[in-house]
Amino acid sequence: MAHEHHHDHDHSELSETQLRVRALETVLTEKGYVDPAALDLLIETYEKKVGPRNGARVVAKAWTDPAYRARLFKDATPAIAELGYAGRQGEHIVAIENTPKRHNMVVCTLCSCYPWPVLGLPPVWYKSAPYRSRAVSDPRGVLKDFGVTLPPDSEIRVWDSTSEIRYLVIPMRPAGTDGWSEDKLAELVTRDSMIGTGLPKSPKDLAK
Amino acid sequence: MNGAQDMGGMHGFGPVQPEANEPVFHAEWEKRAFALTLAMAMPGQWNIDASRFARENRNPAEYLSMSYYQIWFAALETMLKERELVSNDEIAAGHAIGSPKPVKRTLTPGDVLKVLHRGGPTERETNTAAQFKAGDRVRAKNINPVTHTRLPRYVRGHVGVIERVIGCHVFPDSIATGAGENPQWLYTVRFAGSELWGPNGDPTTAVSVDAWEPYLEPA
Repeated sequence: MAHEHHHDHDHSELSETQLRVRALETVLTEKGYVDPAALDLLIETYEKKVGPRNGARVVAKAWTDPAYRARLFKDATPAIAELGYAGRQGEHIVAIENTPKRHNMVVCTLCSCYPWPVLGLPPVWYKSAPYRSRAVSDPRGVLKDFGVTLPPDSEIRVWDSTSEIRYLVIPMRPAGTDGWSEDKLAELVTRDSMIGTGLPKSPKDLAK
Repeated sequence: MNGAQDMGGMHGFGPVQPEANEPVFHAEWEKRAFALTLAMAMPGQWNIDASRFARENRNPAEYLSMSYYQIWFAALETMLKERELVSNDEIAAGHAIGSPKPVKRTLTPGDVLKVLHRGGPTERETNTAAQFKAGDRVRAKNINPVTHTRLPRYVRGHVGVIERVIGCHVFPDSIATGAGENPQWLYTVRFAGSELWGPNGDPTTAVSVDAWEPYLEPA
């Protein structure tokens, strides 16, 4: 979305938005409804602390620890909370497993539902009309937009996040990673591989 | 409501355009709009479905021309005005004019992490029995409420299979209108691609939605 890249000094619709947001924050602060320090902390949390590295830890642990994997697929919310990730927009998480026969992809056609505690805030494309409109009717075409081609006979299963259940895709562990540590495996796990619009990196990608 | 937010199956938006190394926010105002939205949920006393309705309840042409945080911000302004927490004059002036309306709670910096960690679980105890079980064939009802609903248009009237009984959850159609939580059984319902899209559907694909019991009838 190129129109989001204007700078603040542009005399565009965007700077109007910037002024409106600033004005509203001032009103709400003066009325005592918000504390700007709380706003700063909210922003810092989602900008710096909560993001897809959390989800990558979950996936790497599921790849290496069979007991954890079993707990994760039985009831993901407490299994994910074991690693300290919980709360807003992740109150009820379900982990879904990619297999050689079935690839999973997650969308929210109605808004932007996304598992914040494990993936952070959604990227712009996830909230955009092209993704929300086509993920359910043409998932293979959408995967092509991401440069992903799956075997034609593999099943694609799309999960539309219409309730407060949040879905986390557990991708397949890449070949050639026997004996790898959880830390090293986590480096292979991309955000998109946990949404289902991508695949994990291969050991070769990591060496690049 | 049958608004522009209900996009599943629409054509013409073009390819998905992922952005390499995308930042979490693209402008300073996005950060503030995001944080204001989260923080105001506490004094505002609204719920997530009321917020969703405030976002989707606009002219489709306008909805489609706005960025996502612009939609969030516009909805925040709407809800603040509806609840008389802020007036049009104050928004225009950029300063408080009237005295503040008493609110139950505000978000303090010390509470931020606790509040985020707690979230807002929607599962509720029930003594009713679920009408459907895994494997049952169900039809998504043909409903077209002008108020908030989470049953997308593209599944209405179509037959799917109950894949999982999720539990009893707060019913968005009810809580969004202020009519209370009215918890209902929630199911994951799987639809074949060919059922949803006919001969244009890819037979190797299937789509599931999570649907509350009032959305479904036996098929």
